[in-house]
Amino acid sequence: MNELLSIVLTIITAATPLLLASIGELVVERSGVLNLGVEGMMAVGAVCGFGAALMTGSPLVGVLAAIAAGVILSMLFGFLTLTMVSNQVATGLALTLLGLGLAGMIGEGFVGQPGVKLEKISIPGLTGIPFIGPVLFGQDLLVYVSLIIVAATSYVLFRTKTGLIIRAVGDSHQSAHALGYSVIGVRYLCVMFGGACSGLAGGYLSLVYTPQWVENMTAGRGWIALALVVFASWLPWRLAIGAYLFGTITILGFSLQAVGIGIPSQLLSSLPYVVTILALVVISGNRALTRANTPACLGQPFVPDR
Amino acid sequence: MKIWMAMAAALALSVSAGAAQAADKLKACWVYVGPVGDFGYSYQHDQGRKAVEKELGDKVETVFLENVAEGPDAERAIERLAREGCKIIFTTSFGFMDPTIKVAAKYPDIKFEHATGYKMADNVAIYNARFYEGRYVMGQVAAKMSKTGVAGYIVSFPIPEVVMGINAFMLGAQSVNPDFKIKIVWVNSWYDPGKEADAAKVLFGQGADIMVQHTDSTAPLQIAEEQGKLGFGQSSDMIKFAPKAQLSANTDDWDPYYVARVKAVLDSTWKSGSTWGGMKDGMVVLSPFTNMPDDVKKMAEDSVAKIKSGELLPFTGPITKQDGTTVGEAGKSLPDEELLGMNYYIKGIDDKLPQ
Repeated sequence: MNELLSIVLTIITAATPLLLASIGELVVERSGVLNLGVEGMMAVGAVCGFGAALMTGSPLVGVLAAIAAGVILSMLFGFLTLTMVSNQVATGLALTLLGLGLAGMIGEGFVGQPGVKLEKISIPGLTGIPFIGPVLFGQDLLVYVSLIIVAATSYVLFRTKTGLIIRAVGDSHQSAHALGYSVIGVRYLCVMFGGACSGLAGGYLSLVYTPQWVENMTAGRGWIALALVVFASWLPWRLAIGAYLFGTITILGFSLQAVGIGIPSQLLSSLPYVVTILALVVISGNRALTRANTPACLGQPFVPDR
Repeated sequence: MKIWMAMAAALALSVSAGAAQAADKLKACWVYVGPVGDFGYSYQHDQGRKAVEKELGDKVETVFLENVAEGPDAERAIERLAREGCKIIFTTSFGFMDPTIKVAAKYPDIKFEHATGYKMADNVAIYNARFYEGRYVMGQVAAKMSKTGVAGYIVSFPIPEVVMGINAFMLGAQSVNPDFKIKIVWVNSWYDPGKEADAAKVLFGQGADIMVQHTDSTAPLQIAEEQGKLGFGQSSDMIKFAPKAQLSANTDDWDPYYVARVKAVLDSTWKSGSTWGGMKDGMVVLSPFTNMPDDVKKMAEDSVAKIKSGELLPFTGPITKQDGTTVGEAGKSLPDEELLGMNYYIKGIDDKLPQ
């Protein structure tokens, strides 16, 4: 039981940063913008969150700083791709490089310093229940936040007018423009939302996952988040399934290794990718649905004709 | 991912190689595989570079390139340093071996030093540290301190250096408790704090109560601290991250070697050669023994003293391999070539070595 509990808790921590980063990117892509800079925004979020928490002693301030840092970086991306109409793929890649470099520079003084950890919550009476307590009522705040964001995103995208506008902008920016919606304005907001989520994901790494700052600590998670969005065919709940599946297979792989049954570790390391892709391909077997959910204007620049 | 790494390396090249030139100073240069901010392997090499600057002051000027990817990129990076007037170039990762040899052939007047490899030339010296000496003592301490008799061991890649470390650790542990067990998790990365933390949690969940790592981040030790377990630091002293959990840390100290080698170039006494330094040479240093009773501490310190004096050789033959065959002559250490090519587990390790 204890072993199972520790596995479940580890899975939740492993899945949360992926979910946070990818849900933001999902909204960005739904509005027709492809921002490949997730990794860079995560890195800057991680270092700013860590630094702010260290200086103020408050992990919550750290969380806010991480969000703010992600937003600022994403606004730079927005300015370049939306206002200056630069190529989104190239700008996104540049944003990753910039973010990683910038984070390394900002974080120079933080290397080798223990951080401030965002503690798990504890609800008297509930957290104490065996197994269910620690899993459902004893997580850190951001785990709940990530799930709330997924639910809210799903609701807003598919049940509200706002969502309809976002999807319209992503599917046919010319039509949305003709209807009088500000394509650029909507995209700016979505890009900033994506930045906030990426920054938060980075903050999760440096404040909860491993409370420390070291260069390259994001270790490619931004890229996994990007891939998850595509394989979840831009649907929030599938994204949650994908992120948790990825975390589960990773942790189960470690458990199998530690048991010592001699499955090659290289195979186990690649399993999360293989299984997640397979599972998401299978659940998106309905190709008409997948096509309907793919933002038709993804990656295309929009220049309003005057 | 590949593209990103290559681009990151290219960016790193253009950013960090911008140090000013001065004609009368000796230019000493370093190439690192990771960021200097990793607080582990590359960080430790950079401390050595700083020691050179401090020790030799005005006579030298130092330059480093960080985040250089192993492979063709490395050759370009090293050649660039050579063209920029570096007189001695330290390339600090195994994967820089062939690039170093190639560039060295083109620039016979420049001295090259390659860490952890085995190819030499008239102007290429090699150096490495006997990390396994520290791991042997860690094994002894772990066996004394563990209540469950099981240690968790987080590792990167199945290269001889790492396998040697696992075996040394086990030999040390078995010298105290013949039934000691380890559980091994390969994370297939030198450096991924998140994965390392996950692996540590899984291992503790499966009954290990001591954490050993051959990866570079402080994450496993932080998990040990969080869960009230014990562990060992890697490359750098990580006591700040785990004041109640760190028993000791197996650290590399390149400072004296780097100072001596750069000095040798200044004095024109530099010669190619192979240096494999251990505790005796101060290249491998166990940071202070903490969070353990005095008798364990004393045992550890005695072992360190014996290793330094040569009385205790961690790999004393005959050693029984996992498959039951034995290697080594009785009473003698396994020869260096045998150690450097180690690709088997010793008896008592239940894991299967990935090939």
